[in-house]
Amino acid sequence: MKDTILEVKDLSVTFTQYDRGFSRRTIHAVEKMDLTVKNGEIVAVVGSSGSGKSLLAHAIMGILPYNSEMNGEIWFLGERLTAERVKNLRGHEIVLVPQSVSYLDPLMKIGEQIQNGKKDVSVKEKCLAVLKRYGLSPDIREKYPFQLSGGMTRRVLISTAVMEKPKLVIADEPTPGLHMEAATRVMGHFREMADEGAGVLLITHDLELALLTADRVIVLYGGRVIEETDAAAFQDEKNLKHPYTKALFRSMPKNWEKDGEQLCDTGEILDTMRKEYGR
Amino acid sequence: MRLEARDISFKYGKGTRQILNHVTLTVEAGEKVGIMAPSGYGKTTLCKILAGYEKPDQGEVLLDGTPIRAFRGYSPVQMVWQHPELSVNPKRRLRTVTAEGDWSFEDTGERARIEAELGIRDEWKERFPVEVSGGELQRFCIARALGRRTKLLIADEMTTMLDLITQGQIWDFVLKELKRRDIGMIAVSHSPELLEKVCDRVVHLRTMN
Repeated sequence: MKDTILEVKDLSVTFTQYDRGFSRRTIHAVEKMDLTVKNGEIVAVVGSSGSGKSLLAHAIMGILPYNSEMNGEIWFLGERLTAERVKNLRGHEIVLVPQSVSYLDPLMKIGEQIQNGKKDVSVKEKCLAVLKRYGLSPDIREKYPFQLSGGMTRRVLISTAVMEKPKLVIADEPTPGLHMEAATRVMGHFREMADEGAGVLLITHDLELALLTADRVIVLYGGRVIEETDAAAFQDEKNLKHPYTKALFRSMPKNWEKDGEQLCDTGEILDTMRKEYGR
Repeated sequence: MRLEARDISFKYGKGTRQILNHVTLTVEAGEKVGIMAPSGYGKTTLCKILAGYEKPDQGEVLLDGTPIRAFRGYSPVQMVWQHPELSVNPKRRLRTVTAEGDWSFEDTGERARIEAELGIRDEWKERFPVEVSGGELQRFCIARALGRRTKLLIADEMTTMLDLITQGQIWDFVLKELKRRDIGMIAVSHSPELLEKVCDRVVHLRTMN
């Protein structure tokens, strides 16, 4: 029996911006979003830029910008995840693997960052074990972020996330700039976390990468969920319902028709979506 | 037009790292060749040398037997870069991007056709580069590179920064255009699946180096 780790109900995020002078406008960045993550499961949230996928992560972590307003409910392990509660769980039971290297402190050694400033023997040992697990040498503890390659940085970011056995891992675009082999390895690490009982919410624009390891895929467009399906459904276009999802399927290079009349036919889908969703 | 890269070696400045080590590659007229390599293997450097932007420490690049760096005026080898926002002038409107390409007075019709087939909309042309998306901007860069005397297109991770659907649409157009005008291509990508679908053959930089 799988437990529900995370439940997002009817989530909306709006922004208020000043346009010209004093005229204000409201932007509906996320609208009526529902999703569930169970333990042992990797749920991929796939969308292009502006689809609201990062905001979803930030809403769960309670780190939305000040000029935004959130509505709807977020539940974690059967209890409402309030602003107060998420503050205590963040970094322990709920962790974020951020998308960019800039989330590391440039002036702090890697070891201190992974150990979160703690110096007890048990934490040190844990740190060594985690580094070993991700194929990083113990010497890396003495280095600064700028001295690492892209792939190493990625593994350091994951290391910081798994120091405390998290129940929910939110990975926000965890593999940009990595070549296929390295990206596949990183995805394997998320699979391990899920197999050990965590729920993983993988946020990405890269559908092909998501399909490598995810159990379920949620496709976002313009702040809304347009399709939710098992990852396996992506083996055949017939299993997919929304025209945008079908277009995504056809656009994957492995489904292109080589030397055909047309490489892939996605018609006017981008225009259609823009008209329907206004972005 | 046949492109021949003979025994290319290269390192940056006084650097110690040998980026390219005796690389040899021949692309026949109209042929589409894919180059595969993980990041850091000198793919972009090789492209720059093949396009004549960079001079190799050793070896030569010949276009139908003539050294590429000896060409004056419009080069029949044109490159499309990974980051379109870095390959246009941020202070000029987008209509100037395609206008920079190789068009004579008579073939403005041809240019309009290419723009239309690439899905470039008239209203984008009056905007500045920051006012359109990466995919929209890359369409302009491709139109610019496919000027009338272009014989070989070098596509360096041309669609890596773009979303899937835009990537499919752009490649669909590019392949049709190359076929129509018998233009050759060197495509560089980290994705073996993509190269396999758009190229006649794929080589690994790792084995060439």
